[in-house]
Formats: sequence, structure tokens, C-alpha cells
Amino acid sequence: MYESRTKRLNVAAVALLGFFLWWAQGNLDGYKIQILNLVAINIILALSLNLIYGFTGLFSLGHAGFMAIGAYVSSLLILPAAQKEMIFLLEPLVWPLSVLQAPFFVAVLAGGVAAALFGLLISLPVLRLGGDYLGIATLGFAEIVRVVANNLSGITNGALGLKGIPNHANIWWNYGWCLFTLYFIARLVNSNFGNVLKAIRDDETAARAMGIDVLRCKVVSFSIGAFFAGVGGALMASLLTTIDPKMFLFLLTFNVLMIVVAGGLGSLSGTVIAGVVITVLLEWLRFVENPVTIGSFHIPGIPGMRMVIFSMALLFIILFRREGIMGMREITWNGIIGVCRRKGEKDRD
Amino acid sequence: MLRVENLDVYYGGIHALKNVSISVPRGKIVTLIGANGAGKSSTLRAISGLVRKKGKVFHDGEDISSSSPEAITAGGLVLVPEGRKIFPHLTVYENLMLGAYVRNDRSGIDETREWVYDLFPRLRERAWQKGGTLSGGEQQMLALGRALMSRPNVIMMDEPSLGLAPLLVKEVFEIIAAVNAEGVTLLLVEQNAFAALRIAHHAYVLEVGRIVLEGSGEELLADGRVREAYLGG
Ligand SMILES: Nc1ncnc2c1ncn2[C@@H]1O[C@H](COP(=O)(O)OP(=O)(O)OP(=O)(O)O)[C@@H](O)[C@H]1O
Ligand SMILES: [Mg+2]
Repeated sequence: MYESRTKRLNVAAVALLGFFLWWAQGNLDGYKIQILNLVAINIILALSLNLIYGFTGLFSLGHAGFMAIGAYVSSLLILPAAQKEMIFLLEPLVWPLSVLQAPFFVAVLAGGVAAALFGLLISLPVLRLGGDYLGIATLGFAEIVRVVANNLSGITNGALGLKGIPNHANIWWNYGWCLFTLYFIARLVNSNFGNVLKAIRDDETAARAMGIDVLRCKVVSFSIGAFFAGVGGALMASLLTTIDPKMFLFLLTFNVLMIVVAGGLGSLSGTVIAGVVITVLLEWLRFVENPVTIGSFHIPGIPGMRMVIFSMALLFIILFRREGIMGMREITWNGIIGVCRRKGEKDRD
Repeated sequence: MLRVENLDVYYGGIHALKNVSISVPRGKIVTLIGANGAGKSSTLRAISGLVRKKGKVFHDGEDISSSSPEAITAGGLVLVPEGRKIFPHLTVYENLMLGAYVRNDRSGIDETREWVYDLFPRLRERAWQKGGTLSGGEQQMLALGRALMSRPNVIMMDEPSLGLAPLLVKEVFEIIAAVNAEGVTLLLVEQNAFAALRIAHHAYVLEVGRIVLEGSGEELLADGRVREAYLGG
């Protein structure tokens, strides 16, 4: 009975979200729509990192690398041949990429699959490392991807990047992928396999003593996480319509990491909440970088100021509320109904 | 049932186990006692394939010296690690189900779980509680129950009484005797030499990585050297 109620409430929530997006599309300006789109993409990215780090305990800092792979692969598949010819000034794009074309959905999927393949490839050597070493190795991987993108002009157009990427990533695509990611990862972490991942995170030795093939499970989790990071990168490329290697600096990974830590390692609802809050705040805080005039005082804009504020906020979270907004808890319909019922009873008293 | 021949373990330059040979007959409780750092945990970890070793290990007549930990568990030899390594963020039920990871006979697993719940009724009451919120004694029950879920024929337990109040220690040893009465062979590592020797059929004494003494539980309880070193005179 509870299960069918949960299902109905989920459908209702998705319908409500759909209605809100439809309303937003008709009534909000382009800037606000852009933020809504970024919210969806950031949630996808943070969910995938939470799977890797929060649920499997793999401290990975390679997200920007997977995003870059997803972004380049997908963009090359949706850029029209004529546009490709025009922007590849240093070196022409190699055949068959120069003529290859795919519908947007297939392109995003291909971006995700390519990222997952790279995840698989590096996971075998890298996942044998534990803890901080894994962080350093994955960070190195992301950096290598960026350097390669900078130099492989025949495929990536080097430092010039790709321009004029068709803007297919509208609100429906982004939220569609976002919901799919949430659904997929929620199903995964609540399955038997999800319990195996949490067991590995909690105690690797004990997990091995249970007969769990720890390395294989880590590889699977890491590759699925890489897939969704690739999808997020692909959507972001189409949303922004231009990409270049400089976009995929460590800062990008840091933003995602911030959402995951703030929301709570091992909490999907926490990630969603933090995804909304932090994306909106990151935009809103742009004002601190603008020049301000108070009376006769003129303060010039300080670029990077909002990142300082955010880094400090992250420090505070780690110092005072290490488990993030939600800890490992989840918001569930049964929980919400329970709270409402108790409140109702209190009001009647 | 379980035979260990000439086991050597090195940690970097440290020679932690020196030529250790142990034999655990079917259906018996065998205990390994020794002071801190004697190499008791190392012995168990080496047998279950968690650390690199030299020497031979036979389980049920099969050479498992170079098998992976996963294969060893699947073969029916399971370790309950030191310090009750239960999964704190998973429920009691989920912890138990992970113990059955190497099995895939759904109805058989349900049966075993009921059997474990009958052995430890407290686990049934707390099936939906997170493992990390159990008391120390309950966590030890869960660790043992989880090991039983794979339906092993040999269980190795590393210091099950560690950090428990005397009353709980007694309870844990009763549980161990009950599990043994169900036909499970046990290799038990203990600091609490007195309690271990009392239930063991056979015992080995380990001193700085070497077996220095062996005999039946009663013999060692009566042995002057053992009394002096491990039983407080
Ligand atoms: N991973 C390791 N690296 C280096 N040395 C180790 C390692 N594990 C154990 N040792 C050393 O090997 C020796 C035996 O350790 P072991 O854990 O087997 O002792 P123990 O008999 O179980 O002790 P205790 O009763 O305190 O648990 C100790 O000197 C210990 O310091
Ligand atoms: Mg020990």
C-alpha cells in the first residue's frame, strides 16, 4: 500500500514540476531560464559524484575530465558539417568526425558512453589506490584530458574550442535527463547492489570477508558515475553553445563537490536541495564581483570573490556540520506524511 | 577440516608469522591464544587470503593457499574480523543479507535468516535498526549472524569478546558454543584465554609469531606456563 502511494505521489511531483517548467518557460526571462537549466545539469553532475563518493566512498576529483569527454563527443555529433569546417581553423577536423551527425539524444548518450568507457579504462589501475591517492590520481586524469583537448587540434580544435554548438539543451531535455538520473541512481542505491556499495564504503575489509568482489563493484559504480558526468557535460556544452579546454579546470569539479558535500554524502534528496540552492546562490552572488559605489566610496569589482565566499561556506560546513544538510538521511513521502500527521495532531490538541 | 602448514607472513621487514602450523578438525572448536601483537589476527587474515603469505592452507582437503578472499568465503570458510566490522549505515537485515552475498538460493537464504533470528532473537527485534546504533554485544551478535548467513562450515572469529562487559562475554561464548553445536567448525582467536580454553577442544599458544605450545583446552588450563602468562597466575 505504501509503495503504491509513494508511486502516485512521485507521479504527482513530476507533474507539478512539469507544470512549473511550462509556466516558467512562458513567464520567466532568459537569464532565469538559464539558471533553471544550470540547476538541472548541476543536479545531474552532483548525483553522479554522490554515487561515486557518497555511496561508494571513492574520493574522486575527476569529474571535470568526464564532463569534458561528454561535452566534446556530443558537441562534435551535433555540430553541422558546415559549422565544423568554419571553426576548425588550425587544423581541419579529421574524417569521419567532420561529417558524422547524430540527433541530440543520441549525441548526449554517446557523450555519456564515451565518458563511461574512459571511466572503465582508468578505473582498473586507479581504483586499486585508496583514499587521498585516488583523489590525486583522478585529478591527474582530469588534467590530462584537458591538456589533450588543448593539443589535439584535429579533433578538439585546441585552445580555440568549439563554437556555435546548436542549443538543443532546452529546459525539457535538461529536466528529462535530470529526472532520469535521479530515478536511475535512486533505484541503484536502494537495490541489493546499492547495499553492496555502501558496505564497501563502510568497511572494505569486512566487505571482502563477505565474499564481495570489491574492485569489480567499485569499477561498476565509478563507470556509472562517469556516464552521468559525461551526460551532464554534453548538456552543458549544448546549453552554453561554446566549449574550450579552459572551461574544464578543477574549479568545475570543485563546484560539483561543493554541492555533494553541502547536501550530504550519501543523501540524494540532500544533493537535489543543495543543487538548487548553490546554483542559485552562485549566480546571485555575482553581484559581489561587480563594482559598487557607496556614497563617495568606489569599490572596484573583485573577480573570484564569490568563489572565496563559497570556499569559506564549504569550510564552515565541514567544520560545523560535516554531514551536510541531510547527512545520510533522505526525504521520503512517508516521512513527510508522518511529519504532517504529527503536526496535525499537535494543532488539534 | 582446516589445515595450515608452515605459514610465514612478512609486513615489509617485520617477520610477523614464523612457520605456523595449525589443524582444525571437523566439528571442533580450536582456539589460538597469545599476547598483543603475537600474530593472532595475522594468522586469520593470512588464512582468509587478506594478506600475502608463504605456506599452505587446506580447507576441506582443497588447497586454498592462493585463492582470493571472495573464493575462500564462497567455499565456506568465513572470517568474523577483529572489532566487529559490521556495516554501520546499513540495517541489521541488510547486514545479514550481505552475509549471504555469495549465495543465490533465495528461499534457502530466507531459511538461514530465520535460523539466525532464532539463534539471536534480539536481531529479529532490531531488524530495521541501523547496525551502527546497536550495542556492543548486539553488534557482535550481528557480526556472527552475518558470518552464518553464508552457511559456512568453518568460521574464524577474531576476538569476539573484545570490549564487552563480563556478562556479555559469557553470553558471546554461549552463542559460540551453540553455533558449534549446530555443526559449525570454529577457529577462535582470543585474548580472554580463560573463557576460550574452557570451550575449546584444542588450543595453540602463539608467542611473537611462533607456536610455542599446544594441547587440549583442559591441558593448557592446567599448564603452569599458560597459567602464569595468560591466566594471571
Ligand atoms: N598491516 C601491517 N603492517 C605492518 N605491521 C603489521 C600489520 N599488521 C600487523 N602488523 C604487525 O604484526 C604483528 C602481529 O600483529 P597481529 O595483528 O597479528 O597481532 P595480534 O596477535 O592479533 O594482536 P592483538 O591481540 O593486539 O590483536 C604486530 O607486531 C603488528 O604490529
Ligand atoms: Mg588481533
